[in-house]
Parts: sequence; structure tokens; C-alpha cells
Amino acid sequence: MLWILVGLLLTAALAPLVTRFAGRWSGRVLALAPASACAWFAAHLPEIADGGRVIERIAWVPAMGVSADLALDGLSLVFALLVSGIGALTMVYARGYIGANPKLGRLNATLLVFMTAMLGLVLSDDLVTAFVFWELTSVSSYLLVGYDHENEKARKAALQALLITGAGGLSLLCGIILIGMAGGSYSVAELVASGDVLRDSPLYLPALVLVLGGCFTKSAQLPFHFWLPGAMAAPTPVSAYLHSATMVKAGVYLLARLSPVLGGTDAWQGTLVTFGAATMVYAATIAFFQTDLKRILAYTSVSALGTLVMLLGIGTPDAAAAAVAYLVVHALYKCALFHVAGIVDHECGTRDVRRLGGLARSLPITATAACLAVLSMAGLPPFLGSSAKALVGHAEHALHSGPVAWAGTATVLMTFAVGLLLVWRTFFGRASEEPLPKHPHEAPIDMWFSPVLLGTLGLVLGFTYDAFAHGLMEPAALAIAPGGEAELHAHKSLSAYLVKGVLAAVAIALYAQRRRVTRALRLATVLAWFGPERWYDRALVALEATARGVTRRLQSGSLRNYLAIVLATAMVLAGWPLLKDGIPLPPRAELDIRAHEALIVLAMVLATVFVTRTTSRLSAIAALGIVGAGMAVTFLVFGAPDLAKTQLAIETLSVLLFLFILYRLPPLRQLSTKSQQWRDLALSAVVGTFFGLLVWGLASVDGASRLSPFFAENSLAKGKGHNVVNVILVDFRGIDTMGEITVLAVAALGVLALIRVSVRERSAA
Amino acid sequence: MNTSSVILGTAVRLMLPVLLVYSIFLLQRGHNEPGGGFVGGLVAAAAFALVALADDSSRARRMLRIQPMTLVGVGLLVAAGSGVVGLVWGDAFMQGIWPKWAYLPVIGKVGTPFTFDVGVFMVVLGFALEVLFTLMEDDA
Repeated sequence: MLWILVGLLLTAALAPLVTRFAGRWSGRVLALAPASACAWFAAHLPEIADGGRVIERIAWVPAMGVSADLALDGLSLVFALLVSGIGALTMVYARGYIGANPKLGRLNATLLVFMTAMLGLVLSDDLVTAFVFWELTSVSSYLLVGYDHENEKARKAALQALLITGAGGLSLLCGIILIGMAGGSYSVAELVASGDVLRDSPLYLPALVLVLGGCFTKSAQLPFHFWLPGAMAAPTPVSAYLHSATMVKAGVYLLARLSPVLGGTDAWQGTLVTFGAATMVYAATIAFFQTDLKRILAYTSVSALGTLVMLLGIGTPDAAAAAVAYLVVHALYKCALFHVAGIVDHECGTRDVRRLGGLARSLPITATAACLAVLSMAGLPPFLGSSAKALVGHAEHALHSGPVAWAGTATVLMTFAVGLLLVWRTFFGRASEEPLPKHPHEAPIDMWFSPVLLGTLGLVLGFTYDAFAHGLMEPAALAIAPGGEAELHAHKSLSAYLVKGVLAAVAIALYAQRRRVTRALRLATVLAWFGPERWYDRALVALEATARGVTRRLQSGSLRNYLAIVLATAMVLAGWPLLKDGIPLPPRAELDIRAHEALIVLAMVLATVFVTRTTSRLSAIAALGIVGAGMAVTFLVFGAPDLAKTQLAIETLSVLLFLFILYRLPPLRQLSTKSQQWRDLALSAVVGTFFGLLVWGLASVDGASRLSPFFAENSLAKGKGHNVVNVILVDFRGIDTMGEITVLAVAALGVLALIRVSVRERSAA
Repeated sequence: MNTSSVILGTAVRLMLPVLLVYSIFLLQRGHNEPGGGFVGGLVAAAAFALVALADDSSRARRMLRIQPMTLVGVGLLVAAGSGVVGLVWGDAFMQGIWPKWAYLPVIGKVGTPFTFDVGVFMVVLGFALEVLFTLMEDDA
């Protein structure tokens, strides 16, 4: 499985080149990579159906209990097939939709990176690895939504999606860490095997809330749903792939994956069912009042995600089987419908349902595909959607909860109505008086191939339902709700058909009276407009204002203030731990101060006092040089010739550098005021006291000397050098030195850039 | 800043070779006696800084022959390369490798810790001179 991920990444790297040279064939050529991955997964169908599990062990950070193990079980397989299969179709469709555009190469590369991330997420057994892929899907989706980067709306939508899913990602990370702390492992397989350890832990509730925070944002549950319709600014192939079939389902996947670990409690069931059902019915209702084809589809996707979350919340084996069936059905018909919407947009120049009509004549193939998809969406037999819908209905009723049953019924009703809205008038209704921006022709095969295939698949799987149920649904449901036998065949009683018939009739009536209903329900849409999206905007404005305020206060431009802030922060952060265990006392040694030592100290003190009194920068620098030289002599006296030499060389050079800097500065125009002087005095006193105490503390701690004997003993034996200090620098702690010289190099570049730029600016002025 | 003094100029001319040899000496003996690449680089930088002070920075640049920033880059490469040797022929990045055949007259045994120190020497020298020259030449 690792080579699949690596292969896809390599394909991504080559994608821009392939796109340029393969021309019209680029989509089909690039689709070979995900298609072969899909074939590999499909080849494992029988093995997985027999209850097998494919595992690849890869060590990553064994010291921290993090592995990059990849595992393929029923649940992973369903997702992997969808991601790679629909991924291949997306590559073909994107070429048809975008056409020969120089940006297509980048789009293809990003799509393949996204595909890799998504496959990595569903294949990882380790939660930390899964999180890394999770974040990668967020980042690559940011690039995909912002594909049209010259358009401000697209950039804003991309940022909104990134911020919301990114914030959710942080929440998820915290949740994963808590799971690791409470469950003692990051491996899902081990966590499942450890049973109730996690559920009984006091960390269970916080971990659950944090994980749900991640999954709900990613899967667009109320109240975070608004980023998904916003993300429709992305080109249609991206919307179809990310926002219906794969990425938004990542949250659902993780919930399903963690269901045997975190699920089965009242908190789990209550939260998921409440949020899922609310999202399901709210989004299905809102969808009916949209006019943009893509926004309609986006809201129905949100509604489907709500359904899936609700089913996972119910948590019974039956509900798990229903969730898997619904997941597959939804991916098939929604992707097809998105592709149809893309074709309509491409051929007519608009996606506004009020302007479209009677397109079946000019787009016969597309109309067929749309009908196949919508019939599956409406759940009409013999389509796969019919069985899935029936299973969902059964799971809802098994909960014996009035509100959930009503929400389910309302959703079915609204889905019917939305289906009519999508297909009826667009393809069979009267054309609007106003001419379309473009005269529609049937789309090229690259574009209609995928919706036709996906729509047909929904029909074929409906006929071969038994094979589908045992081959794919059963193992996946077993991974979500282990230990139970799932009911795979829903009873279709006469009363159920009657209810469906009534609902369909109501939906037709609703659709016929859509204009009147819309006017009557204007209030609801207004409310939606002032909903969470407004809060998001306000939070963003507040965040920027706070950042500006903090920056203005901290980055005042005055070096003295910078120094004061840095020192004060250091004192608070380092001083507290020092004093926590009591104030260190001076070591009880006799005061044995020689005359020359006293002289050195006296010279340094006098120089320091002079620095604070003088108003000339030059003399201040010279006096600071005396302090440095005094330090060097002190090192020498106490037997550290290496330090002394280095200190002396540094002092010499820094006095020189200071001189040149001062040469550029204007004379001190503004001396510190009395209050500033007092502040500086107090701060310096604190810093001085702190370091005095620190030295005392270090001198009185015995453990501090454990390292010295090690270095002294091993310097010659292992480092082959007599000079312990140097062996530490270039061998034992060589990587530290490497880091330091890298910092030096960066600092040199910084100085160069700052001074050269300021020179250029001044000469330009 | 053209404040060249004859005394300083003459002294520098006499001291420059001594300082440079001393800096190399510090670098070479560093592994066994007080010294090392860091202090060696600083001393060498001080030597060129004196030239720049006594005369001007363009003369110091000419004497250095290499751009200081190039020195920084090459130094980083040498240091990182010494680390990679340990990765390839040893067990880990930065592991000290002392080949038996690597023996130079005067310098003595040569190993990757020594070449690493040479890299440090070059980075420190390049850094100090880059900053110094840039500051000196900022005549706007």
C-alpha cells in the first residue's frame, strides 16, 4: 500500500509535465495512476469479504509509540475504492471541464496530492499518521478551492474552509493526544482491542468533545456547515471530488473508525444523533430554496453528511450497515450530479435553475445521466439508493425517537423536492424566455463519461445488491460496529411504499408551489444568513484587530522597549521555576577572594556604572568592551582558556561592529525620562538578581556535575581529542553547532538584506 | 570613513600574516589544545577587519578574494557534508569518522570532526566579514 501512496505522489510531481505534453490525453493518462490503485484495492475485495485484513508495518517514531502502519479492512476498502475510483474519473473530467488551460497542470498535481492524502488517511492504522494526512487534505483542499486565485471570492472561500477545518484539525490533534494518554496507544487496532479502558477514563469526555470538534468541522455539521456551500467557488471537478465524494467524508470516516473506541456511550449517541439529525433536516430544507445548481448540491451534501453522522451515532450494526450503503450511494449519485451541473454550466454559461429549461433536447446524454443519479438519490427501486434509503429509515425507527423519525421523514420529503428541482425543469421543463449566455451542445465524452458511468453503477449495484451487501457493506459495518450481525436487507412493506408515495406527492406539490413557498419562508433564509457565517466574519475581524493591537504595542520600533519586553518575559518564564523550589542560597564555601579577582570585578562594575551615566554612545561601547574583557580575564583566572580566547575575540569584533553601526545612527536625541530610568533600573536589578541566584543555585546542586565526568572520560576515547570543549562542540554536540552556524548564515543574510534594502530605498527617495 | 593612520596601516601590514597563521593554528590544534574553528574564525575576521579599518573595506575584500557570503555557504556545505560522511560510512549523522590513511604532515590526523570545524571556521569568518563590510559600505 505504501507504493500506492508513493506512486501517486510521484505522479503528482510529474503531472504538470504530463499535462503539457499529453495535451488532450492528459486527463486519461493521469487517470491511470488512481485507476490502477483502484484495481489493486478491488483485487483485495474477496480477501476482505472473508474477514481478512491487509497490514503493512512501517516504523516511524518508535520512541514515541508512533508508527506509520497501513491497514486495509472493510471500512478502509470502501473509502479507498471511492477515493481512487472517483479520483480517476475526476482526472478525466477535469481535462474536459478546464480545457487547455496553463493552470491545469497545477490543478492535476494538487488533485493527485489530495488523493494521496485522502488514501493515506483511510489506510493509516495509527492516529498520529492519520492526523498528518488529515491536515494534508486540508492544505491541498485550500489550494484546490483557491484554484482561481485571481478571484477574490475564491481566495476568501478557500481561506474560510482552511481556517474552519484547520481549527478543527487542532481540536482533533488535542483529542488524539488525549486518546493516546488515556488508551496507552495511538494504534486503532490496539485501542479497539483494549476495550473499555478509554471509555472509563476521566479523559474520555474531553477527548470525545475534541475529536468531534475536528470531525464536525471537516464534515460540515451544524453550526460549522457554512464553509461547504462557500467552497463552491472551486471549479466543479474539485467540488465534485472534495465536497461530495471524499474530503468532507473524512470526518465521517474518522467517526466510523473511532466508533468502536469512543462509541457506545450516551454522550456519543446523544451528540451525534442530535447534531446529525439537525444538520440533515436543516440543510435539506435550505437546499430547496437555493437557485444555484452547485449550492443546491452543496446543501444536499451537508444533509447527507448529517445523515451519516446520525447513523454513526445510533451505532447499532444495522445503522452501521445503513451508513456504509448510504455513503456509497451518496458518493455515486452526488458526484454524478456535480459533474452534470458542471456540464450544464460549461454548455449554457449559467447554473441558475430559474434560467435553465428543456435542456434534454440539446444534452440528451447528460440528461440521461442526471436522471439515473436523481432516481438513485430519490431512492426509487431498483436503484441502490432504494435499499440504502430503506436501511436508513429502519435504523431511524429502531431508535424509537419521535424527533429523529420526523427529521428523517422531512429529509426524505425535501430530498424528493430537491431532486425535482435539479432535474425536472432543467432538462424537461419549459425554457425560460431569456436566452442563455451560450447555445448548449452535448459535452465532450471526457465530461459525460463519468456521470453516465456513476449513474449506471447506481443502477447495476441495485441489481447486484446481494453481492454488494456481502462483499463490501458487511465487512465495513463490522469494522464500525464489531461483534454484531448487521441486517443487510431492509423489509419493504406495503405501508412503507404508501408513505413514500404520499411523500412524493407532497414533494411534487411543494415543487409546483416553490415560488409561493419561497416567499412564505423568506424568514428562514434570512435567519440562515445571520447565522454562524456572520459569527465567523465577526471573529475574523476581531482576531485581526487584536493582532494589530498586540503588534502595535510590542513592535514599537524602540530597541529599548524590545529589550525590556524580552527581559521581562524571560524573568517571568525562567524566574518562576527557579523560585518554585525555594530561593537558592549561596554555597557554603569560605569567602576566598584574591586581590586581583576583586580588581577585575571592580573594573567591570565601574565600567557598567559609567555606561549608564554617559550620554555618548561611543564611550558606552568602549566601556562595554571593558566589561567583556573583564569577563574574558575572569574565564582565564578560573581555568577556561578556550572561553577566554573566544570571549576576547568576540568582544574585539563586536566593539568594531558596534562602532560601524553607531557611525550610522544619529546622536541620542531623546534620553530616557525619569520614570523610564526607574523602570530600567528595576528590571536590571531583577535580571541581575536572577542570574546571581541561578549561579548560586547551580553551584549548590550536586547533579549538575554528572555530565562533566562523562565528557571528560569519553573525549579522548570516543571523540579522539584532548580538548574536551572542542570535542563537545564538533562531535558530541555537533548538531547544536550545525544549528548555530546555520543561524549565523541566516543572520548574515538578514543584515545584508536589511541594509541593502534601506540603502536602495534611501537612494530611490 | 577615511581616517587611515600611518601607524595603524604599517602595524596591520606586519600583523596580518601573523594573525592569519595564528587563526589557522588555533583551528588546527583545536581538537587537542585550547582553540577551535569558532575562535579561529573570529581571529581571522579580526585580521581582515583591521585591514578594512586601516585602509578601506574594498582593499580587505580584495585580499579575501572570495565573497564573504560565498564563504558562509561553502562553510555550511563543508560542515553538513562532514556530518553526512558519518551517515554514509558510519551509523548516524555527525558520527565522527577518523580514516586511518588520513594523516597530513603538520596538521596530523584528519577526521570529519576536523573538517566540520573547518566549516565552522569559514561560516564564522564569512558572517563577521559580511556584516562588517556591509555596515562599512553603507554610505548613503
